[in-house]
Amino acid sequence: MASLYKSKSFWLCLFSGALLPLIYIVWAAVNNKLGAEPAKALVEFLGETALMFLIATLSISPMQKLKVFNGLVRHRRMLGLYVFFYACLHVFAYGFFLVDWQNLIEDIYKRPYVTMGFMAFVILAALALTSPKIMLRRMGRRWKPLHRLIYLAAIFVLIHVFWQVRSDYSEALIYAVFVLGLLLFRYRYFRSWGCSFLLRQKRIQKGDTNE
Amino acid sequence: MLIKTKKASDVLSSEITSESTYLNRRQLLAGMAGAGLLAAGFSASASPDPHNLSARISSAAKTSFGQDEKMTPFDAITSYNNFYEFGTEKSDPAKYAHALQTDPWSVTVEGFAENTGVFPLETILKGLAFEERIYRLRCVEAWSMVIPWLGFPLKALIEKFKPTSQAKYVFFETLHAPDQMRGQKSFFSSIKWPYVEGLRMDEAVHPLTFIAVGLYGKELPKQNGAPLRLVVPWKYGFKSIKSIVKIRFTDKPLKTSWQKSGPSEYGFYSNVNPNVDHPRWSQKTERRLPNSLFSANRIDTQMFNGYEEEVAGLYKGLDLAKNF
Repeated sequence: MASLYKSKSFWLCLFSGALLPLIYIVWAAVNNKLGAEPAKALVEFLGETALMFLIATLSISPMQKLKVFNGLVRHRRMLGLYVFFYACLHVFAYGFFLVDWQNLIEDIYKRPYVTMGFMAFVILAALALTSPKIMLRRMGRRWKPLHRLIYLAAIFVLIHVFWQVRSDYSEALIYAVFVLGLLLFRYRYFRSWGCSFLLRQKRIQKGDTNE
Repeated sequence: MLIKTKKASDVLSSEITSESTYLNRRQLLAGMAGAGLLAAGFSASASPDPHNLSARISSAAKTSFGQDEKMTPFDAITSYNNFYEFGTEKSDPAKYAHALQTDPWSVTVEGFAENTGVFPLETILKGLAFEERIYRLRCVEAWSMVIPWLGFPLKALIEKFKPTSQAKYVFFETLHAPDQMRGQKSFFSSIKWPYVEGLRMDEAVHPLTFIAVGLYGKELPKQNGAPLRLVVPWKYGFKSIKSIVKIRFTDKPLKTSWQKSGPSEYGFYSNVNPNVDHPRWSQKTERRLPNSLFSANRIDTQMFNGYEEEVAGLYKGLDLAKNF
């Protein structure tokens, strides 16, 4: 089983499979299948695809713990880079097809849901830039805490989705269940963060009372 | 109050571009259109169509409204809809509205009026002269279309019910039938069904305020609000309530569905106003649909959606930034 995940053909399947959403949407756009407002349909599709890749990436380490598809972990970087790839296309399509670049910059500081999405995008960019093995070696112990920011990006993306809902939260809630479920799975890390934060607070308080 | 209705008759009809078949029919009709001819049109009872609706629609009188506008193609009007009763995706209404039962249909009339009760659709439509009006429709989501509606002024319908002097507002309700309208089954919708919309009485009897029973020469498709819907061209699209089953004359304003769902985002008036942004997006411009990837077809939004001359008088002395 483990050798399957290591094989070149598996890598190729995964790599090309991840391009299928892009192939589909380009086909749909060229053949006028995107409805009366193609730019909006395109931007939404690319955003949702990025979010689905994000959920897939986040689910890899829980799957490893549960010993299902645990060889997939060696391809996590690729999935993570696909999150960034589709997020880039999403931002590009927004700026190029839906609003112009000047409006995009205005939206980033004027429209809170765009601000949220953009913050998630900045995190994803930082993670993508530090994803090569050479960066991992160079950064050493600082690499892992940086890449834990993926969870923060996921929360920003969720807020980005929720702030766009006009009336029906069903779809946003489905995404929320997945993302929050995956966050819950890593609660130990957050607990340790929380503990160190609380300890520091206590120390500060103690310092205060001593004075 | 006397309101002058703008006539755009100085614009050449050759400027219209649309489905060619439709144009042919319109040119044919142009010479014979007239209220008298219309009245004769719907007395025939031998028609297979029980309400004789399609015959009345296809012989509707032409008007000069919107002659200078380029009409949105039928396909776009009937495939890109906000009708949350069938789902929140723009394609949902076209996919799922077939489940809506529009025949038989009746409308309940309540409140401060002499003629109240439950009226079958045939009774509602009896004796009303149908006409065609090409109106701009501006959605609060910053897209817009130009639609050739068929129907009659709301005023003509309201007069049938003889509202009393206590009637200061008129409110409408859409059908509530989750077995036919799958969007109403959602557990996580902030809109509580049935959908409610309303107008001040002077807005309701304004000559521009219209009830549509058809578009593009055909009976109203279900995704567009069959069998009868409101059309208020100077307000955001969501005011133009679809598939109406109830009309209520009140002395006080009721909360509309969007007001209840998001009071900071949606007000009672909801007049198209480029100077008052939606909290989440700008209303200065709009995307005229259909557009393409390489041309957003973005145009400036006009005050009262371009009907300022006709309706501004309704809101004299009202702070439109506060009463959005």
